[in-house]
Amino acid sequence: MRRALVGWAVLAGALAVGGPSFAESPAESADETAAFDQLLKLLAERHHDHVTFTEVQQLAILDQPLHSSGELLYDAPDRLEKRTLAPRREDLVLEHGMLSVERGHHRRSVALRDFPQAVPFVESVRATLAGDRAALMRYFTVQFSGTLGRWTLELTPSDATLKRTVEHVLITGETDQIRTVQIRQSDGDTSTLTIGPAVAP
Amino acid sequence: MTRAGMTATLIWALTAILAAVIALRASYTTDLSAFLPRRATAAQSLLVAQLREGPAAHLIIAAIAGADAGTRASVSQRMALQLRANPAVLAIDNGNQAQLEHDREFLFAHRYLLSPRVAPELFTAGGLHAAIGAALDVLASAAGPLVKPLFLRDPTLETLAIIESLDATHAPHIAAGVWSSPDGTRALILAHTRASGADIDGQQAACAALERSFTAAIAGLPPAQRTALAFSMSGPPVLAVASRATIKSQVWRLSGVSAACIALLLLAVYRSLPVLLLTLVPVASGALAGVAAVALGFPAVHGITLGFGVTLIGESVDYAIYLFIQRSGDFRSSVWPTIRLGVLTSICGFAALLPSAFPGLSQLGLYSIAGLAAAALVTRFVLPEWLPRAARIRDLTAAGFYLERLLGRLRAARGALLVVALLAGTLLYLHRGALWSRELNALSPIRAADMQLDEQLRAAAGLPDAGYIVAVTAADREAALAAADAVGARLTPLVDEGVIGGFDSPTRFLPSSAVQEARRRTLPAAAVLRASLDEGLEGLPLTTARLEPFVDAVQRAREGPLLRRADLEGSSFGPVVDALLVRGPAGWSALLPVSARDSANLPDSAVTQVRSAVASASVGAELLDLKGEADRLYSGYLSEAVRLAIGGFVAIVLLLLIALRSAARVVRVVAPLALSVLTVAALFAALGHALTILHVVGMLLIVAVGSNYALFFDRAATHPESRSLPLTLASLVVANLATVIAFGVLAASSVPVLAHLGATVAPGTLLALLFAAMLSPPVTPTTPRPASG
Repeated sequence: MRRALVGWAVLAGALAVGGPSFAESPAESADETAAFDQLLKLLAERHHDHVTFTEVQQLAILDQPLHSSGELLYDAPDRLEKRTLAPRREDLVLEHGMLSVERGHHRRSVALRDFPQAVPFVESVRATLAGDRAALMRYFTVQFSGTLGRWTLELTPSDATLKRTVEHVLITGETDQIRTVQIRQSDGDTSTLTIGPAVAP
Repeated sequence: MTRAGMTATLIWALTAILAAVIALRASYTTDLSAFLPRRATAAQSLLVAQLREGPAAHLIIAAIAGADAGTRASVSQRMALQLRANPAVLAIDNGNQAQLEHDREFLFAHRYLLSPRVAPELFTAGGLHAAIGAALDVLASAAGPLVKPLFLRDPTLETLAIIESLDATHAPHIAAGVWSSPDGTRALILAHTRASGADIDGQQAACAALERSFTAAIAGLPPAQRTALAFSMSGPPVLAVASRATIKSQVWRLSGVSAACIALLLLAVYRSLPVLLLTLVPVASGALAGVAAVALGFPAVHGITLGFGVTLIGESVDYAIYLFIQRSGDFRSSVWPTIRLGVLTSICGFAALLPSAFPGLSQLGLYSIAGLAAAALVTRFVLPEWLPRAARIRDLTAAGFYLERLLGRLRAARGALLVVALLAGTLLYLHRGALWSRELNALSPIRAADMQLDEQLRAAAGLPDAGYIVAVTAADREAALAAADAVGARLTPLVDEGVIGGFDSPTRFLPSSAVQEARRRTLPAAAVLRASLDEGLEGLPLTTARLEPFVDAVQRAREGPLLRRADLEGSSFGPVVDALLVRGPAGWSALLPVSARDSANLPDSAVTQVRSAVASASVGAELLDLKGEADRLYSGYLSEAVRLAIGGFVAIVLLLLIALRSAARVVRVVAPLALSVLTVAALFAALGHALTILHVVGMLLIVAVGSNYALFFDRAATHPESRSLPLTLASLVVANLATVIAFGVLAASSVPVLAHLGATVAPGTLLALLFAAMLSPPVTPTTPRPASG
């Protein structure tokens, strides 16, 4: 029905629209460049991940942080699923560029290319997991620091519109294992995703 | 010219002028009204109102295909901008941000009057704890960034609850910021036209405005992109405009083609231009008289009725043919009585259509009666006076003698008719189950390709067919809204149980005052709310102090005015409410379209449950199955038409019994007609064409036209002394050729009602002539007796 069109579009419309742009990554030291290259290579070799996660969100409007937890599933190169189990079930799937959310009876999907504002939240993790340098460079200015054994990637959206929602994404890890993903929004709110142990297949 | 001739000519001229004036002043329509009943039940008149004025009747779905998503989106935006300024267009939706922003603000601003969750329990400590707890879960989810900006003012997420109640199963797709088909190949625009469904000129203006706006929107693009983009649109206004154009062009083209073919035929036969022109006088007079009669008898003349004008050519041209070819020295005493009986027979047949509840049929009946009577009278009283003495008509006696020999051979083969009758009977018996088409769509003048595009665009826009509507009528707007609230309360459990997919209601955006007041009364005073929050926020990561914006918002809603229709102005919801809350002759009707869960059709069990739920609301609401209702309506027409046609047939037999005073002669006249009707019906059955109401009318025409043939054979047999057989045969063959041409052309029409009629009558009259010839009694040539008998 028409109302449904209005309804979902109203919800989706809350997100501002912007387009991606291109930016060069700043120069890094020779060691770090080499370590970054090696990291991407290692990451690209991983084809499947199934891990638990816990997420803590610090919101200015709340007195205490919000906690949630669930599982993350990754299949190279472009399927990423965030399955929140607590406090409320939600399934967020990115597959072949389509982003779908299932919550309660509601299931919605959109093409990621139509919602560039969702890119920093989703593509930061997917591109990192895939070791997809081209995708990382397309959306972010990438700053690598540390060593291959203990590294930090700082991803800053290169697009001005996206910068208005997300300040940066910090990803830490040890060799080919991601440990935390911290998203800092422009209003100061943060969410920190900590990767737990692998889920036995 | 004789004195009588001058009087007749004068009367003819005056009548023709009068008829022309009436015809020129008449109003003409091409909408569905020809297919809708004159005496309607409440449900049927609501159906008619729905088809004409319902929410769906105003909706145009436009699609922009080709090029890339960004280009399509910018074209869509430019079109929407232009169309918003166009008075022919009531509302435009293309999913653009500004409109959505505005709609979201409207829902947010009036959330405490609109949300069905606003009830006393919501504002208790426990209710607040549960609602805010659930809202925090949403805040922690992927939707978090969407609700965060509203959270402190709307911590129970009423806005989200309203949005989610807007039937999320048919979610649209957004591409590059505008609505798009799910496959991402077309940008979509929904336009609500201002004109009513019956105002085809208004709809045409709206369609033209959309097309112009597309042309204007792509004007600035580089040529490569411009040619890559394609515009298409559909929806009831587009289809109505298209079918009017089709009917119009078909009526003109077919009349023109068949008139030209018949003229050529007659020119070849007569070899005289004046005689040809004279032949057309009764035809034109008949057509004019027919239109004038319908204009006087009905509020508006339907375009389809004019299309039937072609059929009139088929019969009325025969009279002049008989007059000119049979060239009897004494037309008035020999040929005319037979024509007169033929005309009376036809009038009997068509009179049977007059009482039909189907205005299309009764218009056809009146049109034909007036047209045939006028054509016959002109042939009898005016034409002979005008025939120039010098006019030379080719003598067809030689051809007549050839036909007479042929007739002898045909008679010898009359035994074959028994086989034909048996074969036809068997075929009809074998196909008896699938003989009739009971769908109104069988008559729709909409082309299959247009229908297909409509289905595609409808599916792309996620618009289900408005198949089922709960309608409730009350004295005023407020009472209708209250009744809709009551019905909605009964339907909601069915949605939760999964019996139906969902339903719509004007009260979603404009609840009745009673409901709004009840919701407003529910809202607690600031102190009370703070106290409940103090208790309810226990264990949640929030304090009452933080939710002060929420307390303020509730206070404002508590003291604020109720929502009125005027407040919806400028939002996408105004036109929605207007479409679902309509004013009719009996007051205001609220319409609640019900959608099925998975498929387009509600299963019978669901229909039963909805009916009993609706009845339990005790507000006189009714569930309408629009397609089912339309088909039942048509099915009713069809059985009525069959009854009427049989009645007409009986009347014809009675008339013949009175006129011919011999059962044997009546049987000889009627048998070939009945047999040709049976044979044509059997042919359709064998070819797998289901018969529609127009086939029935066609069969009536076979009897009307064919009776002339049979009567002439009867005259030749009963008046052997007149030695008229050869010329009679020649005139019958020419008359039949003219009829077959007229209806054969009609059979090629793309308007089903016209095509069905043509395909029935063309072969039917040919067979009627053939069968009448085969069954005609032999004429024993006698020496002419003194002219006493």
